[in-house]
This record gives sequence, structure tokens and C-alpha cells, in this order.
Amino acid sequence: MPEVATPYVSAKPAPRRSAEELRAQIPGWGADLDPSDRPSYPREKPGIDTGSHWDFPERQPETYPRERSVEHAFLPPVFGTSTPLAGVSGVIRKYAYKYGEGRAAHWLLLVAGDRVDAWTHHLRSFATLRPDNPVTETGVLSEFSRHGVSSRFGKKRADKNHQWIDPIIVGGPWALAVGAVATATLRYLRRRHIS
Amino acid sequence: MVYRGPYKVRVEEKDIPKIEHPNDAIVRVSKGAICGSDLHLYHGMMPDTRVGMTFGHEFVGSVHEVGSSVQNLTVGDRVMVPFNVYCGSCYFCSRGLYSNCHNVNPNATAVGGIYGYSHTCGGYDGGQAEFVRVPFADVGPFRIPEWMDEEDAVLLTDALPTGYFGAQLGDIVEGDTVVVFGAGPVGLFAAKSAWIMGAGRVIVIDHLEYRLEKARSFAHAETYNFVEYEDIVVQLKKATDYLGADVVIDAVGAEADGNFLQHLTSAKLKLQGGSPVALNWAIDSVRKGGTVSVVGAYGPIFSAVKFGDAMNKGLTLRMNQCPVKRQWPRLFEHIRNGYLKPSDLVTHRIPLEHIAEGYHIFSAKLDNIIKPLVVAGPL
Repeated sequence: MPEVATPYVSAKPAPRRSAEELRAQIPGWGADLDPSDRPSYPREKPGIDTGSHWDFPERQPETYPRERSVEHAFLPPVFGTSTPLAGVSGVIRKYAYKYGEGRAAHWLLLVAGDRVDAWTHHLRSFATLRPDNPVTETGVLSEFSRHGVSSRFGKKRADKNHQWIDPIIVGGPWALAVGAVATATLRYLRRRHIS
Repeated sequence: MVYRGPYKVRVEEKDIPKIEHPNDAIVRVSKGAICGSDLHLYHGMMPDTRVGMTFGHEFVGSVHEVGSSVQNLTVGDRVMVPFNVYCGSCYFCSRGLYSNCHNVNPNATAVGGIYGYSHTCGGYDGGQAEFVRVPFADVGPFRIPEWMDEEDAVLLTDALPTGYFGAQLGDIVEGDTVVVFGAGPVGLFAAKSAWIMGAGRVIVIDHLEYRLEKARSFAHAETYNFVEYEDIVVQLKKATDYLGADVVIDAVGAEADGNFLQHLTSAKLKLQGGSPVALNWAIDSVRKGGTVSVVGAYGPIFSAVKFGDAMNKGLTLRMNQCPVKRQWPRLFEHIRNGYLKPSDLVTHRIPLEHIAEGYHIFSAKLDNIIKPLVVAGPL
């Protein structure tokens, strides 16, 4: 071991444990020492049999106008159909896809679409037999059954400095909405009382 | 399950998915998992995450139906499904880059297809469900070997291969000092894999003491809780005789803690693609000329990464989503040889109908949770 710290001289730090010690103490130590035993070496490896039996896959039918990145030459042959564009959020998202993936506008519009999507679905849920329920859908009751206090109290956890924001993110808009409705109702009733 | 907006999910009845392409299969899910990266969706961080989508990219099950061109699977086969949706034949797949497939994601060219991971990753429903559509059934899914435990198989669909891949990206040579940021399942598997590649020292950093304990017992690692140090980078320099680590692996990704402003602007305000705290610590704690491997997931929006330090230090930055199936043959050997036991990290088995509680427990890190499985049928 050099007397001055390692980076100031050429020698590497002496190993703490020899290869023999490590092999004896740690199951599998060094089994993939040879890079050729590592499956992703080299990174690009042509010729692997993937199981495909096509040069270009058959095309999945496009049953509705499927949005796509402008960086694609055409609609790829296979795609997900879980949640087609719809409503106001659909309009925003469709507009976002006019921009390339390198543009901030593309991603920020998609984020805006996500927020609008969540809000319109929450509002629409009130016209159904199963309105959104922030208690059951957040799973917050598990705080009581899964040691919410002891998991945090007395623990050195870095996330305690921001977890207080989560209830505001979830409950804040609901509180604002209730406040807005209450205020509007009160104003309406006052106006009727005056007239 | 379906997503109902940030921090909200619930169980709903959906139609059984249909064959939409001749090489599709429909898989009846028996076991799935919640991944740390699912939390980015759950928290509303990934652009184009639509209400009504079903999450879940780690799952195993049995084949329920196959399309007309499927040759390698039959109804009833028990299969494990890699999280990558990929064609096996495009420019990228034919070179082994399955996670970068160009034929499966209309919404973005920068990322391949991933089950249940927003429209930015292709718009596919995922496996936190009873049934899931699996495209390119002749390419991705694989019959679960008779000798393999089903819970091990679930962890082989993402967490273990990703950790193992992260260690490979580090180009570890014998005796290297390897630092892993993040003691979640991927970080723990990366630490374990670093030994398999011949590391001389493995150091794991996190802020959750119960996970650091697991890093010591499961991954034989030295550990540091970054909350206990004013500057974890300086501490790592001291621990490596002021040289820095040869290889640093970022197994944290977009919701890294340790800097309130970074976390606020990314995880809460969604103004960054991710909180790059762990990545910046990785850049600063690796030695000059060293390698930073990134397997933590980040969103596509810009992040405040300290790129100048990376340039000035002459670092090699290596990263990708893991091409899962490429890892399987070697990982199967390591499991059979007893070097790896993936299901050792499973701490919770959550019935599908209680998925909302599962997400909250995992998100809030309650109950010493490390890896939650989701069970579609009876426990």
C-alpha cells in the first residue's frame, strides 16, 4: 500500500481479499469473469435465433386511427390498443404527436394531456354507479395495517422530507373543487336571498 | 387493475383481450409483480399514461389462446414473459437489442415496447390482470422449465435480468470496486451479479436501513446509508482511498431521494424526466476513466444531469433497458448452480383485488417491503 493516497501514485490499491478467498466466501464469485460468458457481450450480436419466422411481420389491422411518432416512417406493424385517444385529453395528445420526440413541446403536451385525462375521468365517474374513491383507490388505509408509523418513526429515511406532499397532490384538487362548489352555491343562495 | 390518475388504481372488469395479430397469444396470468418502475407510472411521471390502462410488465401464466401463425406455443403451456415486447426481426432485434425493437411502438422511436408501461412504451395493457395479450408469441414468451420455481420465474421477467445486465454494462474486471446506488430488487441483483463478474469489493448505497441489511445478507455487500453522511460522494472517495470506484451502477432511476429540489421538480411537479440524484452521485463517485452503468428508469423529458463532470472525468456511460431473454440461458445456469435464488427478495404476496394497497405499501416503503408479487388467483 503506498504511503500517499492511491490516485497520486501509479499503484492500484491492494485487494482486500484474494480471488481464492472471494471464491470460497461468495457463491458464484468469478463465474462470469470471462466477458465471453456474459450474455450481452458484445452489445450487438447478430445471428441469435429469436424465434421469428418473418423478415417483416404481418401487419396488425388498424381498427382506429392510431397516433404515431413523426419519427416513424410508417405505423409499425404491431401496437398496443389499450386506451385509444378520446375526449379533450385525446385532442391534446393528438396535437402533441405533431412534434418530434426531440421537442419539449411533445412531452410537455403529453404530460398536460395526462392531467386533463385524470380530471375528466374523475368528473365523469361521478355520473356513474362507481365514482372515484380517493380512499380505496389510493390504498391509504394500509397505513394502519402495514405499520405506517413504525415504518417511518425513528428511521433515517430521506423520503420523509417530501412524503407530506403526496396527500396534497391527491387530496388538494378535491379540496379545491369542494371549496369552489361550496363558494358558488353560497353566492347563488345569497343572490337569491337579496333578490 | 386499472390506473385512475396519479396515486390511484382500482380493480375493474375488462373484456378478455383478443388476438389482434396472427402471432399473438393470450396468457392467463398466475403471478405478476409490481416493479419499482411501475411507481413512476403510478405517480404520474411517465408522459402519455392514460386512465384505464392496466400496468404490469412482470408476469407468468399459462397460454389461453394463440393466433394462427404461432408455432412455438400451445394452449396450456406455462410461460414466463419478458417485459420487452419485441419482434425478433428488425434491425435492432436481429442484433440482440430486443429492448430497442422498432416494430412494436408507434408512439416513440426512442424506446421499444413494454407491457403495461404507458403509450410512450407502445400502449400495451400489462400483466397485473387475469389475462394479457402477448404479441410475437413465438419470440418473447418461454416455457417455464419444470425445475424452476414459479416465483423465481416472475423475477426472471425483469428484476434479476436487469440487475445482471447492469453489472455487465459496467464491464467489470477482476478486483474492481463496484458501487451500486439503490438497494431495491434491481440494485440487490446488480450487487450479487457484480461478484459473479469478479468484483473485488461491492458497496451498496440506500437510505432504507432494512434494505441495506438485505444488501449485507443477500448480496454480501458493504453498505452506506447516505442519510448518515453530509456528502455521500466524499464518503465514497474516503472509502476508496480517494480514487473513486471503478464501476458505479445507478439502480435507482427517476425518483431518487437525497435532494429535495431534484425530487420535487421531477417526482412531484413532473418538470424533469427524473430526479438524477443517484446518477449525479454515480458520476461524481466513480473514478476518472471509470464506467457508470445506468439501469434505473428515467422518463423522456430532460433531467438536470451533471454532464460536465462526466466529460471532464473521461467516463464511459453505458445504459439500456435490459434485453431480457438474452440473459436467460446464463441466468438459468446460475440459478441451477445455486449462485442466485431470485425469490429470496419476495417479501409480499398481494391478491389482485388488493392491488391499491399493494401500490401504496410499495410507494411509501411500508412494512419492510422489497419485492411485492401480485397473485391473480387464490394465494
